[in-house]
Amino acid sequence: MKKMILATLLIIVISACSAPQSKNQAVFLLLDTSGTYTEEMSKAMKIINYLLATLDSGDSIAIARIDSGSFSEKDIIAHTTFDSRPSTTNDQKRAFKAKIDAFVSATKHGSRHTDITGGVLQASEFLTETGAGQRYILIFSDLEEDLKKGHIRDFPLSLPGIHVVALNVTKLRSDNIDPRDYLKRLDQWQDRVKTAGGDWAVINDLERIDKLIARR
Amino acid sequence: MFTEILSVWSDIPSLSAAIWLAILVFVAYLARNPAHALIRSTGRAIYVACRLFATSLRKLEQNLQRRNREVVLAMGQEACQRAIEREFHRVNTMVTRDLSSYPSLHRQISDAIDKIEDDYQAATDAPPLPPAWLQAVDAVAAIPRTGDATVCDILDNIEVTLEKAHQETQKSYRQSTLERHKLLGGMQSQWRNLGQSLSQVKDKIDGLDARSAEIDQQMKTYESIRNVEDSISRTLASSSLTQFFISTLVLVIAVFGGLINFQLIAMPMSEMVGGASYIGPMRTSDIAALVIIMVEIAMGLFLMESLRITHLFPVIGSMDDKMRKRMLVITFSILAILATVEASLAYMRDLLALDREALTQSLALSLEGAGIVKAEFRWIPSLGQMIMGFILPFALAFVAIPLESFIHSLRTVLGMIAMAILHSIGFVARLTGGVARQCSSIMISLYDLFIMLPLGIESLLSHAHTKKQAKATRSEMKDVLAEDQS
Repeated sequence: MKKMILATLLIIVISACSAPQSKNQAVFLLLDTSGTYTEEMSKAMKIINYLLATLDSGDSIAIARIDSGSFSEKDIIAHTTFDSRPSTTNDQKRAFKAKIDAFVSATKHGSRHTDITGGVLQASEFLTETGAGQRYILIFSDLEEDLKKGHIRDFPLSLPGIHVVALNVTKLRSDNIDPRDYLKRLDQWQDRVKTAGGDWAVINDLERIDKLIARR
Repeated sequence: MFTEILSVWSDIPSLSAAIWLAILVFVAYLARNPAHALIRSTGRAIYVACRLFATSLRKLEQNLQRRNREVVLAMGQEACQRAIEREFHRVNTMVTRDLSSYPSLHRQISDAIDKIEDDYQAATDAPPLPPAWLQAVDAVAAIPRTGDATVCDILDNIEVTLEKAHQETQKSYRQSTLERHKLLGGMQSQWRNLGQSLSQVKDKIDGLDARSAEIDQQMKTYESIRNVEDSISRTLASSSLTQFFISTLVLVIAVFGGLINFQLIAMPMSEMVGGASYIGPMRTSDIAALVIIMVEIAMGLFLMESLRITHLFPVIGSMDDKMRKRMLVITFSILAILATVEASLAYMRDLLALDREALTQSLALSLEGAGIVKAEFRWIPSLGQMIMGFILPFALAFVAIPLESFIHSLRTVLGMIAMAILHSIGFVARLTGGVARQCSSIMISLYDLFIMLPLGIESLLSHAHTKKQAKATRSEMKDVLAEDQS
């Protein structure tokens, strides 16, 4: 009996002392601001509101825009890691929301080019730094990459353990002519993400974003 | 492989199978006796092993039953002792409280009786005696007034004097009668007082009678336990089961109360210890909330022990009264402080929930451009949460009582369950042994059925052989008889 009690205590102590898997979440939302996609900003706001309502103390969030050269800290519109106290977290969320509102109201014209890969690289770096257990890259874009001349992005990505979710992937005019282009675009991104070690998902119906992030 | 073996004798499978079957039957016929012995001994071995196992289980069950009975009786004895002790304590309290004033009560009653007696003596009706010379005067007054006027006047004067004396005597008698009535009237209140005093004494004596009857009943139970009677053992076991179910029910209710309490303080606790750190799979804030609840329950246990309501910790029960009272005050103070902390945490929870709700509303409505709706009467749930936060720790403190019953009755229940399991295993073992023995008999019969053809031939041959032998014996007998006759 004593041995059993000692063994149980030992297991509890070992499990408590072992390196814990972080339970925190980190989300990096890439907003496509190229061309006519700026018209979709109201939908993007819906996603941001959902993220702010879902994320909790200790979680991290960052919003960045996708423009002609997205692999840059300058493209990060706002980022924060929520405080461990819920009251401070709520204040941080309000401040974050105000920043995003200001950005949306200031955004009138889209960028000429679309550097999605650069944004994904930037997001990957940010998420790795947070050390969160669950990491998400949300790409709010039509996934049509249009790189500036001279930019090199055709190399393998590294996204181990990162959930990549493409949101609101709108169909282009050319997709309507040949829908295979749309499917091919999605397949290409899926292959790239999976090869990089990440998960891939597409959510076009924003009514279903409730299932996007695992609630605790 | 199987096909190859099958086609050893012939390419026709059925023919080859028939040959194999014939060989098998023949071999089985040859091995009949050893095979029967093997099957019989195997069945017998399983049967004996199972019976042995069942017997050992039965002995174990009997030991357990005896042990359970001892435990139940010991528990019953202890409970009975406590009940008798309590009854004696009550009797002592009654005697100390009520009968300590009996001497003064007795004096009051004696005084009342003395006073009544005095009054009674004073109220004795003694009719006034006429003066001694009254007869002489009466005789003089009765003399006929026929003579001298002077004599007549004297006689009249005597008569008047007589009348006057009579009236005075009557007046005095009335006066004394009135006084006696007054005394008798005064005696009425004395009687009432006396009656009340006696009824008080009767009530106290009745209370003592009831207590003594209770003690008698407990003593009878105690004697039954000491005599290790079966009926009392069964009664105690049944009582233990009832206690187990009732205490389990109350503990389940307490667990739900604890969960509600946890919900009240878990969220605000993250404001104190942070909501982002984890210990194992649980948030530190959740663990902190659980710790507070556990400490409250522990304080409740100590409080109940200090009050001598429960007896889980003999160390606390055996403390001297001064130390026990100190412990009582300390545990109650800690409990009150924790209840206050919980009430404030509950209020904080409400504030946080309100803030979160406002944020969620602002996020949801910012797209639609609508304003935030302010809820009315928000103070009602806030107040309710605070009251619950304050009351629940005290309610949880009483968990000690069902917990003690649960722990005590659990021993009996576990013993009963173990007995039932042993009994079931023993039954299954006996059943298996019986089935194995029957199976061996069935297998022997099936074996014989399989080799029925050679057995039939053997039977026919032995029958013919027996017939032949009988015939030979008969002819021999005839020959012998013929020789004898010759």
